[in-house]
Amino acid sequence: MTQLPETTAKKLGLVIDLDTCVGCHACVISCKGWNTENYGAPLSDVDAYGADPHGTFLNRVHSFEVQPDTGGCAQTVHFPKSCLHCEDAPCVTVCPTGASYKRSEDGIVLVNEDDCIGCGLCAWACPYGARELDQLAGVMKKCTLCVDRIYNENLPEVDRIPSCVRTCPAGARHFGDFADPDSNVSKLVEMRGGMDLMPEQGTKPENKYLPPRPKDTLAGVSADAPILTPVTDSPKGFLGWLDKALEAL
Amino acid sequence: MHPAPSVIFFTVFSGLGFGFLAWLGIGIPAPQGWAAFPYFFVAFAMAVGGLIASTFHLGNPKNAIKAFSQWRTSWLSREAVLAVLTLSIMGIFAAANIFLGISMPPLGIIGSVLALITVYTTSMMYAQLKTVPRWNHWTTSLLFILLALGGGAILASHSLGTILFIGLAAITQLYVWDAGDKRFGKRGHTMETATGLGSIGKVRMYEPPHSGTNYLLSEMVYVIARKHAIKLRIIAFVLAYVAPMVLAMTSGPGFNLYIVALIAHIIGILAQRWLFFAEAEHVVGLYYGKR
Repeated sequence: MTQLPETTAKKLGLVIDLDTCVGCHACVISCKGWNTENYGAPLSDVDAYGADPHGTFLNRVHSFEVQPDTGGCAQTVHFPKSCLHCEDAPCVTVCPTGASYKRSEDGIVLVNEDDCIGCGLCAWACPYGARELDQLAGVMKKCTLCVDRIYNENLPEVDRIPSCVRTCPAGARHFGDFADPDSNVSKLVEMRGGMDLMPEQGTKPENKYLPPRPKDTLAGVSADAPILTPVTDSPKGFLGWLDKALEAL
Repeated sequence: MHPAPSVIFFTVFSGLGFGFLAWLGIGIPAPQGWAAFPYFFVAFAMAVGGLIASTFHLGNPKNAIKAFSQWRTSWLSREAVLAVLTLSIMGIFAAANIFLGISMPPLGIIGSVLALITVYTTSMMYAQLKTVPRWNHWTTSLLFILLALGGGAILASHSLGTILFIGLAAITQLYVWDAGDKRFGKRGHTMETATGLGSIGKVRMYEPPHSGTNYLLSEMVYVIARKHAIKLRIIAFVLAYVAPMVLAMTSGPGFNLYIVALIAHIIGILAQRWLFFAEAEHVVGLYYGKR
């Protein structure tokens, strides 16, 4: 049913730390792997070994450069982007078949591929580019928050988190329940000023991004100053003679 | 947005077909018996043909029947329901006219109101999208409805209706183009709000997430051939609006040049609809440093 639930018991989602992410794309690959081998249609590639390869991914890492208003060096920010599991998910309400839905128990936004007609309207309605129509299967693919891992009792408990979070070597991704104010993710958002993407779209995303911390600035030294300053301006002895001799040339 | 031929044909021809049905429903023109057949045939062929064309852009059309289920929230579903309802009502109206020679004006009026509501639901599939600021405005719907009425009037060879509704559509079109060009900027969507990094400073793309293309770029960040936009707008405006109005004004009450007006209008509206998609910028482009 494409009506959004009024409230959800849990608000599961991710916190992505833009200060910590190193842009290694390990989350992208582990996501593609898990979601190709498990739930739903595999994430296909087209022309995978040819001149123009492209394919379906549920998570992609953009890289941006930010020029601080206060001056100083530009900052490179690696920016992983996947479904934000919005509270007011516009992708769900536009679906004509009821294939897209938001779960009332945990807030996860999913696609029932057996109902999807591949019209693409949900991808149009999403401001974040979180949905991609698989070019071989013809159905809409999106992040499931690894719904087939987080409740999977066949996996060791340590693995019952989304594949991207489990894989991240930098610890830049965190999974938890935003409805619980004492959860790891709620505390991170509180401490680090977690933010919404494109809040003016009114989607109320669950996933939050932690902004990069401000970079240190070197007081009194310009960035392009020579690192070594002369030890002494008027050398004596042999160096003094050499200095004079070279000056005279 | 990618101007898919299937969706351009769908919106142009189903708009014309339902527009013509709206006129036929109120008895303009009001042919009886077998003479009515070609009129209804053209209207149904356009409306149904357009709807069939729309299924060509589905990735998985075997589930299409399920698209009738979510009318509570989905404009696409509402469109499917209303299209079938309109075609059924107008089908009965047409059959009674053609085979029995019976005219049922109340049924026709209901059918013509439903035809216009169907066009409205089509327009709302686009106008509802906050992600495409150019479309996200009530004038998008107004233009779709005026074009359906104007195109329907040409098909009905009704010169006064053509002058009135094509004229109103032309005025709306000028506003839609002008206001649409500015709306993305006015809504304040920038790379800074998209990334949340605006609190630090100015954001630019450093490296895209993939070296090739993907569904998002080919579907929603269509930037090819926008450079011809101004020329195409002039062509569209002259053919779709000016030509039919001039022909309707000059060819007398019989509107005997309506076929010429119709051909000009259809070519013009195909160009207009191509621009409707090609010029529409989706906010997701901001994540790629494009619009």
